[in-house]
Amino acid sequence: MIRASGLTKRYGEFTAVAGIDFAVARGESFGLLGPNGAGKSTTMRMISATTLRSGGDLRILDRDPDTHGPEVRAHLGVVPQEGNLDTELTCAENLYVYGRYFGLSRRFLRPKVDELLAFAQLEDKRDVKVDALSGGMKRRLTIARGLVNEPEILLLDEPTTGLDPQARHILWDRLFRLKEQGVTLVVTTHYMDEAEQLCDRLIVMDRGRIMAEGSPQTLISEYSSREVLELRYGTGRNAEVAAQLEGIGQRMEALPDRLLLYVDDGEAALEAVVGRGFHPIASLVRRSSLEDVFLRLTGRSLVDE
Amino acid sequence: MITQLVFASAVEIAERRSGRRGASVYAGRPWALIQRNLFALRTSNALVFFSGFVEPVFYLLAFGFGLGNVIGSVHEAGGPRVSYAAFIAPALLATSAMNGALADSTWNVFFKMHYAKFYNAVMSTSLGALDTALGEIGWAVIRGLAYAIGFLAVVSPLGLVHSWWALLAIPAAGIVAFGFAAAGMAITSYLTSHQQLNWVNFLLLPMFLFSGAFFPLDRYPWFAQQVIHALPLWQAIAMLRSLMFGELDIALLGHVAYFAVFIVVGVTFTTRRLNALFLR
Repeated sequence: MIRASGLTKRYGEFTAVAGIDFAVARGESFGLLGPNGAGKSTTMRMISATTLRSGGDLRILDRDPDTHGPEVRAHLGVVPQEGNLDTELTCAENLYVYGRYFGLSRRFLRPKVDELLAFAQLEDKRDVKVDALSGGMKRRLTIARGLVNEPEILLLDEPTTGLDPQARHILWDRLFRLKEQGVTLVVTTHYMDEAEQLCDRLIVMDRGRIMAEGSPQTLISEYSSREVLELRYGTGRNAEVAAQLEGIGQRMEALPDRLLLYVDDGEAALEAVVGRGFHPIASLVRRSSLEDVFLRLTGRSLVDE
Repeated sequence: MITQLVFASAVEIAERRSGRRGASVYAGRPWALIQRNLFALRTSNALVFFSGFVEPVFYLLAFGFGLGNVIGSVHEAGGPRVSYAAFIAPALLATSAMNGALADSTWNVFFKMHYAKFYNAVMSTSLGALDTALGEIGWAVIRGLAYAIGFLAVVSPLGLVHSWWALLAIPAAGIVAFGFAAAGMAITSYLTSHQQLNWVNFLLLPMFLFSGAFFPLDRYPWFAQQVIHALPLWQAIAMLRSLMFGELDIALLGHVAYFAVFIVVGVTFTTRRLNALFLR
């Protein structure tokens, strides 16, 4: 459905996307992960045919988005990060008018609007202006709006940023249903749990490049250990203890507030630590997550946009 | 065939046009935006829309009938001798058309562009930049026309219309509105802050006061007259005066040509700018 090779975007001197290759198959749920400024949103804009690429090749359903913009956009549903619902209109009008932008007829749109309001669980907000909706409702309406042209590919840019847990779960549920219906999803996110929930396959981006690619499970086994042992000795002692724990586990990371040991068996590793005489103030054995992969690949330093 | 048209998918609709010249900037649907603006008018903006219309009416009442009683009749070189109210009425008609057109194409466009992110949403559909430009400008023209027709409806019973040619003032006001709307949206699309927009507004006031709306231009020195003749509001006023007084001459074509240039340049720059901003 989507094929990118050597895809590049430069803004003047700055290279936002530095020659990436990926492909997305029909019905797949594909994730773009990365810290702020990694080039995710720029990649999304190139896929959605709203930004021209500076180099490489990109095909959406075998069409070039740079030269066949309107056709490519007719195939896509776009759910942008910033809210750009039409605040001067009601929920139903938002859906209807957006369908008109695609040239869809009134007879097609009347039942479609009802169907989409039901999908977004907003039937009782039909004639309410958008301003009166909660954040979660707005996001659901935005997704419904993106579906008005019955797209084969739905592009979601950080779909649950800023939502409370209930709203996130409702949204994920809606996205699962779409996936079951065969809609191809492309999602950018920096929430690791979201990526694990939603994505069959993902790429981790940093500074415009792809750092890793695979399913959440393969990425975890490739770039992290099965389990992680977290140890706390107090801010003052962590570094000192770290030096004494060499040899336990595959890898260790010493953070100011805790030590992370990447191990296959967390309990066994904890016993070994205690066996060397270092009783931690607090300890935790957990499964390795995509977050560990992410932090390993993109580093822990704070990224400012 | 009919069901095919009615239930055509977005992709089929887009593919029907692909390959045509300009398919990447124009999908043939500026009406979609006009319909959107009609909905917004009904849902949100009805009062604002109609409030803009009364301003020129107040000017007419205050100056035309208030000050006009003191002044008596007015005569501009080459024109008929008319009451002061009849003299300023065409000018206020032109101003109505201008105000209506600029209200949407400046402040509203600026708001939609920078706060509502409206064009981001529109441009991620299969619409093109020219659809968007024509739709938004077209809506501003409708507003300008509505103000002009409303103003004429108020003025006619007052006995300020002297010729059946005045009916042509309506399409003429449409041309004026189109010119101002196109130029207004083109300029607004290049602005990045409120302050710049305020400057545009600030320049409109002297144009309104000194474009021969309230007194004949022949009182000005020759040089000032030439400058004023270059201003769009003077062109509009001169065109509408000659129609409302029923004094047609070849200069009318000149005014129409003047606005044709505004329209073409305005639509072109708006389209280019929208493309540059939202389809970089």
